[in-house]
Amino acid sequence: MIEEHMPMVVTITKVLYETPTIKTIVFDELFNSRPGQFCMVWVPGVDEIPMAFSAANAITVMRVGDATAALSTLKEGDKIGIRGPFGNGFFTTGKVLAIGGGIGVTPLFTLATNGGIDTFLFGARTAKELVFADELSDVTDLRIATDDGTMGHHGFVTDILDQIDATEYDTICTCGPEMMMKGILDRLVVKGIESRGQFSLHRYMKCGVGVCGSCCMDYEGLRVCRDGPVFTGDILKNSEFANYYRDSSGRKE
Amino acid sequence: MRFHLVFAFFSKISLYDCLGTYEVFVHLLLGFINASRTTYNAIDMIKLQIPTEKIGDVPLDNHMLLAAGILGTTAASLSRMLFLGAGGVVTKSIGPEPKNGHHGPSLIPISGGILNSMGLPNPSQEFTDEIAPLLAVSKSVVISIFGGTPEEFAKVAEWFPNASAFELNLSCPHADGYGSAIGTNPRIVRECTEAVKVFDKPVWVKITPNVTDIGVIGRAAEIGGADAIVAINTIRAMRISTGMRCPVLGNKFGGLSGTAVFSIAIRAVYDLYEACSLPIIGCGGVSTADNVLEMMMAGASAVEIGSAVYENINVFSDISKDLYDANGIPAAEIVGCAHD
Ligand SMILES: Cc1cc2nc3c(=O)[nH]c(=O)nc-3n(C[C@H](O)[C@H](O)[C@H](O)COP(=O)(O)OP(=O)(O)OC[C@H]3O[C@@H](n4cnc5c(N)ncnc54)[C@H](O)[C@@H]3O)c2cc1C
Ligand SMILES: Cc1cc2nc3c(=O)[nH]c(=O)nc-3n(C[C@H](O)[C@H](O)[C@H](O)COP(=O)(O)O)c2cc1C
Ligand code: FES
Repeated sequence: MIEEHMPMVVTITKVLYETPTIKTIVFDELFNSRPGQFCMVWVPGVDEIPMAFSAANAITVMRVGDATAALSTLKEGDKIGIRGPFGNGFFTTGKVLAIGGGIGVTPLFTLATNGGIDTFLFGARTAKELVFADELSDVTDLRIATDDGTMGHHGFVTDILDQIDATEYDTICTCGPEMMMKGILDRLVVKGIESRGQFSLHRYMKCGVGVCGSCCMDYEGLRVCRDGPVFTGDILKNSEFANYYRDSSGRKE
Repeated sequence: MRFHLVFAFFSKISLYDCLGTYEVFVHLLLGFINASRTTYNAIDMIKLQIPTEKIGDVPLDNHMLLAAGILGTTAASLSRMLFLGAGGVVTKSIGPEPKNGHHGPSLIPISGGILNSMGLPNPSQEFTDEIAPLLAVSKSVVISIFGGTPEEFAKVAEWFPNASAFELNLSCPHADGYGSAIGTNPRIVRECTEAVKVFDKPVWVKITPNVTDIGVIGRAAEIGGADAIVAINTIRAMRISTGMRCPVLGNKFGGLSGTAVFSIAIRAVYDLYEACSLPIIGCGGVSTADNVLEMMMAGASAVEIGSAVYENINVFSDISKDLYDANGIPAAEIVGCAHD
């Protein structure tokens, strides 16, 4: 029998300014989730969108469109609705390497704060966009890359991956722009360790619970919201990953 | 172990490997519990034969199809459901123009059911390329279509010369100008059916329970030349978030499906069986083998299953295990047997 899962209405207690486009929204309820799981965030009158938890009582939002812009204008005392946690999340064993790009750092950040990451490779366009870098350097061996060289390695985060021995790690968790994750997958495939890679994917989602089909991927028909959002590299190497995705109407982009 | 269980979803072989052990354990446990009861339903339950003839002029591997709009937007997800035991699949409803659907929240699981107002998101004509590979390998793929006029229905149907059949969505309760907005008018139902019947394919007409006399709509489809009637689509419904003091769906109201509507669906199928002589595909709240039998006794020749996928993506194969047996009876022996 299906159980009732109306959105939990929470009140915002704090809004933290992270970067010019990123804010962390803290609310008054704790959600028991595994790193890499996500929730559906309801902004009344606007939309409902998927977001990783950045803490048990927080989400970290980058402004890209209508719903994220509306979220970014909310203040202490405002209300939003939360459904979740949803999805599988990361499952780590042994020595763990994390590779994050931009806002993709969020699900990896909760993994790091749980003490689950040994080495963290973090890439962003510029130093100002390195969210959570201070906290990450406290709990992991943090290596930074910026596209413009304003901090750390001048170049892509995949360059740092080339400099280390990835085979030393039992689990390699990653989240970020799909092209970055594609670069990582290619390198793991070359070393024959793609099944150690766990990639957190981003697809357009409507229901979040595995029913509507808007997040399904080719060619296995896996649901990113329910069978994912974290998939191992051996699954992704023969999929639509890094080739295309579908928009809200189901058209390929 | 925990790691293995979750990631097992991604590899069919290891999925069955590791669920196997777990399932054996659960079955042993249930067997033990059931053996200690005096009546065990599954033992007396009627068993059926796998269908040998077409239903609604469509060949089906069993009596259960995936309902429209559930995991129906991509060929890959539809073939996954066929692989997981659906006897046939119905696609997401395709319309004359692409639609993004309503703003969220667009689907909320509620006690005993699902409330949705997706708003018919669909890729329109691009779906022809999407579905082509599946139509090439399966004869059990029903293309669901919607439009605002008979001409629009015909326009969409013409895009799919390889469809096994068409299902006309004259029943979605939450899309302005489409679905039940026109499907409550018997004349329009007949005209839309006629407009699609010209393509010489089986035409199933999916009708709405949101009318006073469902038999009138069923007869309109029959006169229009339909090969089967599908009932029911979702029922107009609403929930309000008390914390937010406003309706929970982005579209304010939507449609209810799942166990909560099963009794209404049974009643609709029963009425249609009295009113029409076409095969009926029963839909709404089916989640067990006993539900399938009940639908058949009300008058359904086959069923469609949607919301039950939410709790169990293996619902089709699980029901098949309970429903079929090599020594089973033909479904025809029970279809409509609840009528005087
Ligand atoms: C599992 C999961 C977890 C997520 N976690 C987070 C998170 O922790 N923090 C966060 O900020 N976002 C996260 N996202 C992404 C977030 O859901 C989208 O950014 C959001 O849905 C965009 O909604 P919108 O209405 O603001 O933009 P839309 O109006 O939908 O899009 C506006 C424009 O932005 C583009 N766009 C949309 N999404 C992105 C994107 N992610 N990156 C770049 N461009 C984009 C679109 O193509 C479009 O051009 C997550 C997504 C998923 C699937
Ligand atoms: C998320 C969702 C999307 C749906 N989309 C469609 C659709 O596109 N066309 C249609 O005819 N019915 C659609 N329906 C209705 C179902 O096909 C079905 O008639 C209804 O859900 C009742 O069956 P169930 O209780 O087994 O889900 C949808 C239902 C749900 C829950
Ligand atoms: S978002 Fe609906 S199935 Fe994934």
